[in-house]
This record gives sequence, structure tokens and C-alpha cells, in this order.
Amino acid sequence: MPDINSLYSKKVMDHFRNPRNVGEIKNPDGVATVGNKVCGDVMRMFLKVAKKKNKEYISEIKFQTLGCGAAIATSSMATELIKGKTLDEAERITNKVVTEALGGLPEAKRHCSVLAEQAVLKAIKNYKKGGEKN
Amino acid sequence: MKNNFSVYLDNAATTCVDKEVFKKMKPFFSEKYANPSGPYWHSQVARGVIDKAREQVSKALNASSGKIVFTSCATESINLSHKGLIEALSKKGDQKPHIVVSSIEHSAVLETCRHLEKLCLVEVSYLPVDKTGLVLISDLEKNIRPNTALVSIMYVNNEVGTIEPISEIGKFLKKINKKRELEKKQKIFFHTDATQAIQYLNIDVNFLGVDFLSFTGHKFYAPKGIGALFVKKDTPLSSQIRGGSQEYGLRAGTENVAFIVGLAEAITLVCSQKKSQAERIKKLSQKFIKEALKIKGLNLTGDKIKRVPHIASFLVDGAEGEAMILLLSDAGISASSGSACTSGSLKPSHVLLAMGVPQEKAHGSLRFSLGKDTTEEQINYTLKVLPEIISKVRALAPKGI
Repeated sequence: MPDINSLYSKKVMDHFRNPRNVGEIKNPDGVATVGNKVCGDVMRMFLKVAKKKNKEYISEIKFQTLGCGAAIATSSMATELIKGKTLDEAERITNKVVTEALGGLPEAKRHCSVLAEQAVLKAIKNYKKGGEKN
Repeated sequence: MKNNFSVYLDNAATTCVDKEVFKKMKPFFSEKYANPSGPYWHSQVARGVIDKAREQVSKALNASSGKIVFTSCATESINLSHKGLIEALSKKGDQKPHIVVSSIEHSAVLETCRHLEKLCLVEVSYLPVDKTGLVLISDLEKNIRPNTALVSIMYVNNEVGTIEPISEIGKFLKKINKKRELEKKQKIFFHTDATQAIQYLNIDVNFLGVDFLSFTGHKFYAPKGIGALFVKKDTPLSSQIRGGSQEYGLRAGTENVAFIVGLAEAITLVCSQKKSQAERIKKLSQKFIKEALKIKGLNLTGDKIKRVPHIASFLVDGAEGEAMILLLSDAGISASSGSACTSGSLKPSHVLLAMGVPQEKAHGSLRFSLGKDTTEEQINYTLKVLPEIISKVRALAPKGI
């Protein structure tokens, strides 16, 4: 069976086929849901925050995504990129960084990568607000 | 997920070229290659071949009441009929013509009409459809205006397979036109895009009551790049591709002899097997639909009864179309979806939205379209794989949204 990588890079397809960090975290420190069903993509991020050398870092991260191949792959890559990072570092994540880490996305799919960035930032924000959910 | 199965279930997008059809095309590339417009014998061979092909297509459509114009595809045929008619009518200097189309037409019709609208050459009304995708004659009736000059309704919707009541619309328009004739008023011309209907339905232009009928060859085992337009006698039409006098002066450019032969042979072939193929494919698709509907949260789109045999289309709750298509592809199965992410736009299928499907549900659409090479084994395999794929995609989604 030939690969259909003319649409998506090998990395995107890998993250789509075998998404990392899928699932829920029970009693998360931060959680956020972004996107909406009308647009077709909904993403939820769960965070656990721990302290190391007086710095807060993301000790655990999981996601759930309803969406296309690009939405699932960017969610997966975003969680890989920020797992173990301090909150300051994690907050610097952008959709450009996620997209580049995936080896790029087709032009028409760029908007799908925005949700991953939004989900991470909102989950951290909710954590800072005191573990507020969604 | 990788395996060696190859299951092609996107025959509504395109089909293979039939081997016999291809064989009959072959001599016209390197052996009998003359330009049909020449006076010498080489050309006369090519001319004879085109005449015969036109005769074959005409016979398939029972079209002695008009002419067959060969084009490059259905989109070109539609551009010719719609733009060509409006241009020819506007020469008369009457009031701005009005076009009625259904809101679930192919983009070839919708975009051509929007273009004419933008140029301020026409007024356009877009007919609603019911939840199965059917155009209601009562809605058409409400939208007929004194300046209505063209009604364009597709024979079969390509996304959901619903068969539109073309011959009923033809009869309805005939009645209006009789009255208009007595009043010496502009006739309403009737066009149907029969692209998905050729190989399975009655395509007799007299039965349908149409003035224009467009189609392309690659949906029924002819190659891509060849289509045709039926134009009824005495229908005003202005050429949209100008140059030489080929195709009755309606479509300039040296004729694509080999592909014209391919189109004629393919239409002859599918029309000779219409009943038996329709029955065989219907049996397979009905089994497929019946079994697939056992999957929770999966619903059929389009009309349950008034549908073509080869299209099985669904909405899947809680799963996005492209994600399912990619996983089906990994399992060796090629199918399609009308989700936003497969259409290259931000909106899902205009057909499903017109049928009243909420946008959030329209993202979960799937279409499987069968063809002459589809086997029961392939259908069984797809039925085995589909529930696993839907479960996998659903498992990734956030709960309770």
C-alpha cells in the first residue's frame, strides 16, 4: 500500500497513527477545552504540575481531540514538546513551533495547528487561576 | 494497520478505464492520428470515427431530437450550456434572465451561476431541498418568475446519491412552456447534470424532458478529460471556446479522437449492462448500508429509496471525516468525506448543510461509492474494519462535549 504522504509529512502521519499522551488525567492541576464542534475540532488538555528546584514544571500531560489528522497530530506533538518543561518554557509554545516539529503542514491545514497552542496556554492559565477546570 | 488489501470505494470520484474501452482507443494515438478536419483520406478515417462515436452517444441518450457536443468534462459542458445560453439570450435584449438551481448542485453549476450573477447578467434562485436531499416541485413552482430562462437540477446528487425527480420537473416545465408559447414568451430551458446517473438510470432525454444534459466519461470507465453536452434542437447557444468550426461551431479545438472513442465505447458498454450492473451493485450496497447502520451513531444520508445503487453515504457521530478516511486508507480502503478538512475549506459539505444537517454533524460524513470491480469480499472486509476505525477515532475525542 503506498503511503499517502503527499498530503501530510511522515511525522504528521506518525503522530496521527500513534498519538502520544492520549487520554485523561484524574484530578488534573489544569485542564482546558478549546475549539468547538461547529468548526469540527475540539481539543482538551490535562496537566499535572510539580516542583523541581523551586520551579514549577509540567510533570504529566494528556490530551483528547475530536478532529482531523492535522488536529490530532498537532495535539500529540504539542504534548511531547512541553512535557517536562517549566511553565515559563511551556508558555512560549506557538503553533509555528509545533508545526515545524511536525515537518510542516499543508497550507489548508494551518488553522488546525492553532488549537494545540490555545489548549496548552489555556490549561496553564487555568492552573494558575487555581486549578479551575475548562 | 498496514496490510495488503486494496479496496477502492470512491467510484463516484472517478473510475478505472475499462480494458476493452482502452483497447478500442489505442489505434487513435499512433496509427490513426490524423486531424479530422483534413480533406484527405487519413482525416476522413478520423472524421468517420467521430461521427460513429457521436451516433453511439446519441443512441445511448435517445437524442435524435438534438445534438451531442464533445467537451473535455462535465464542468466544461456546464460552463458551455449555462454561459452559452445566457449569452445567446442576452443578445435578444430582453430583461435580465433568471436561473433556478438547486442548492445541492455540483460546484461546476453553482460557481458558473455565481459568476454570471456577479457579472450582473442573470438573477439566480437557489432551491432548498428536503432532509433527504430531494428538490420539491412545489418549491420550484414558487421560484419561477416571468423572466426565468433556465432551470438546472442535477439528476443524482454526487455526495448522498439521492435521485432528483428530473422527468417530473421536465413535465412540469413543459406545461409552463406550452402556455408561454401561446403567449409568445421566452421558453424555460431545462438542464440536468447527469454525471452520476449515466451507468445506472434512464438517460433518455425525451423521457427526462431536458434541453441540456451534461456528463463526463470518467465516472463510467472512460478516461478523464472527455465529456459531452446534449443540446436540444433550436436551443440558443453561444460557443464559449472560440476558434475553428469543430463541434457544430460550439466548441472549437481539434477533436480528441481517441478519448471521444473511449467515451462512446464506455457509454455503449455501461448502457448494455445497465440493468444487470445496477442490480448487482444495489445488492452489494444494500448489504453494506444495512450492516453499517448497525454501528451505533451512524446514520444514512440521502433518500432511503430514491438513491443510486453505487453510493452509500453516512454521518458518523463523534468522529471527524478526514481522520476516518486516513485510517480507512491505512487499512487499504479508499473512500471520501465531505468534512471541512477534506474539502480544503473551513466549511463542511454544502450539500449536507442544505439538507439541514447541523455543521457539527456534517464533519463526520463518509461516502463509499461502488463500481463494477467491487466484490462482496471487499464489502465484507470494509464492514469488518469500519467499526474498529470509528471506535478508534471516537476514543481520541474529549468526553461529554
